[in-house]
Amino acid sequence: MSEVGTAPAEAEPLLRVRGLAKHFPVRTGLRGHSVVRAVDGLDFDVRPGETVGLVGESGCGKTTTGRMLVRLLEPTAGTIEFEGRDITHAGRRELRPLRQDLQIIFQDPYASLNPRHTVGRIIAMPLQVNGVAPAGGVKARVQELLEVVGLNPEHYNRYPHEFSGGQRQRIGIARALALRPKLIVADEPVSALDVSIQAQVVNLLRQLQRDLGLAFVFIAHDLAVVRHFCQRVAVMYLGKIVEIGDRADIYERPQHPYTRALLSAIPDVTRLGPGGRIRLTGDVPTPLDPPSGCRFRTRCWKAREICATEEPALVPRDGGGQATACHFPESGPVPQEDGGTAGTAVEEVSK
Amino acid sequence: MGRSESVPSGQTGDHPSVPGQRPADGPYLRVNDLRVRFDTEDGVVRAVDGVSFTVERGRTLGIVGESGSGKSVTSLAILGLHNAKRATIGGEIFVGGRQLVGLPEEEVRRLRGRDMAMIFQDPLSALHPYYTVGRQIAEAYRVHHPRAGRREARQRAVDMLGRVGIPQPARRFDQYPHEFSGGMRQRAMIAMALVNDPDLLIADEPTTALDVTVQAQILDLLADLQAEFHSAIILITHDLGVVSQVADDVLVMYGGRAVERGSVEQVLRRPQHPYTWGLLSSVPSLHGDADADLVPIRGNPPSLINLPSGCSFHPRCRYADRNGDRSRTEVPELRPAGQEGHLVACHLAAEERQRLYREEIAHVGVAR
Repeated sequence: MSEVGTAPAEAEPLLRVRGLAKHFPVRTGLRGHSVVRAVDGLDFDVRPGETVGLVGESGCGKTTTGRMLVRLLEPTAGTIEFEGRDITHAGRRELRPLRQDLQIIFQDPYASLNPRHTVGRIIAMPLQVNGVAPAGGVKARVQELLEVVGLNPEHYNRYPHEFSGGQRQRIGIARALALRPKLIVADEPVSALDVSIQAQVVNLLRQLQRDLGLAFVFIAHDLAVVRHFCQRVAVMYLGKIVEIGDRADIYERPQHPYTRALLSAIPDVTRLGPGGRIRLTGDVPTPLDPPSGCRFRTRCWKAREICATEEPALVPRDGGGQATACHFPESGPVPQEDGGTAGTAVEEVSK
Repeated sequence: MGRSESVPSGQTGDHPSVPGQRPADGPYLRVNDLRVRFDTEDGVVRAVDGVSFTVERGRTLGIVGESGSGKSVTSLAILGLHNAKRATIGGEIFVGGRQLVGLPEEEVRRLRGRDMAMIFQDPLSALHPYYTVGRQIAEAYRVHHPRAGRREARQRAVDMLGRVGIPQPARRFDQYPHEFSGGMRQRAMIAMALVNDPDLLIADEPTTALDVTVQAQILDLLADLQAEFHSAIILITHDLGVVSQVADDVLVMYGGRAVERGSVEQVLRRPQHPYTWGLLSSVPSLHGDADADLVPIRGNPPSLINLPSGCSFHPRCRYADRNGDRSRTEVPELRPAGQEGHLVACHLAAEERQRLYREEIAHVGVAR
């Protein structure tokens, strides 16, 4: 794995996100108005050919972020630069050439394909909309794409309902590939699929990433899937990135208590019996009224006064590419079931 | 509760039993050769095709399978929740010694909620949005305790809410489902399921809709409650990680049939069926080589209307042609797989299977 951190590396970032925020106005009660701070100031880069994972629980803003990146949602604040061009508020016409470079794969393979269109038409649609005439004709290109994603090119004339969930997701991937993009935002692309099929699609995405040198922003709640796909991982909580780093940093030396709790909560097939020892209490607070200071403090066992008053900045530790937004970061590997003082402390605190 | 003082009737699986008849003491739930069939316009769907298992009090059976494997249909059949007009149910289901298949709807209803209860995947659609959470729990109590007054039912519901870890239960009693967070809603569902102290609890993907940190809380809660109430639990899930955490025994289903059964140790540590191997190797893990490709099962799950002949897994099985034509022509029976209590439905000879597992499977993926 190459060393990719937040520090400026050789390659210019393909995508540069600074202070990105999205606030949704909501009505509260009869007259009241309020805002949901779904995404509240994100900074990250994606280099060409790099796979970056955005992980977090529901309500952390990962999907909203993905939709802003492909400009399906208008950001409230901050900037998105693609290949050095500011596209944060680019209009329809300016976006058109960009659409070719920037594509999205959706979570639900049932809702994201038009049931009345043939697969051929679905995959050809991006070509048509963008006025791209591939050499050799549209049909040949579509059949080539079907082959690339592991479907039978003869099935050009079939309808989505004739395909299984995994095959439909492949159709969605073929459509995203049609314009030869440089960056694909994949929003939970495998979470609706059965395990055996999920592995097929993850392998396909890995192969495409290798063969075509595609960059990915991979949005998922499943940390195990992200580990198998992403070189760099950003962990989100209530609209903020709490920790970002290389895969090895995040999975082997997580520093933020939330990252540790998240990893510890995943039931692991390789271990029988009750799982990891870090147990968070309560649910994620509402983004309508996030806690002051550090947003994780209400569920954190290390929280002290400063956590309520001062918001921790996302700063690099150990001089590496790993950055953590925490006043009291952890160090070392996550404690396993037998031992680990952190775990015991948590259990006491959570009682 | 008087249910266990039944008279042994010498019941065996060979003779069809009379509904309501009570066999000898034994596991609280005994499912024998369960078959559930739906007649549809497109053909007959054999959603469950001859599945047998038992669950004792104080133990948890994990039923694992992908969508369409028949795991949810099995649980709905136990609870008698299939529409009798659409579903044809065969075989035997003994709950506390009572045979439920063929029992009049009215009698099943009396058992449901009292002796057996269910926790659904999506608490938001399982709770009625129009009534307060507490009222729904109290109602579940009063249905089975007609002599209980409102105050008693309320007290009982508040107790249960507190028992499942909901803070300020007396205040929460009067709130509506939308005022609860996802994790709290699932706790309320569990409180409702447990309000009558059932001996059998069926949890159908109880944590699938929840975040991992909340899932961990709910799984802990289920384990604690089981230790306290000593109920038999069936946990239906597609997540092998969840099973490894809470189950004592595991049943793996594929295409409406049981393909492997045994203790959690046997099925997850020394799996014997190629489908179980495939499931284990396709799960991404937090350990091991992150750069290695996952090893998926080829092909797609079968259509229940048109199940492949013989072993329904054969079109996806890498070892199907090692038995000549048998995999294509003969449905394998669930047979002892070596260790006591471990059963597998596969045509591969035992030695061959052990050898394949040792040489090809044991080192890949999480099936280490």
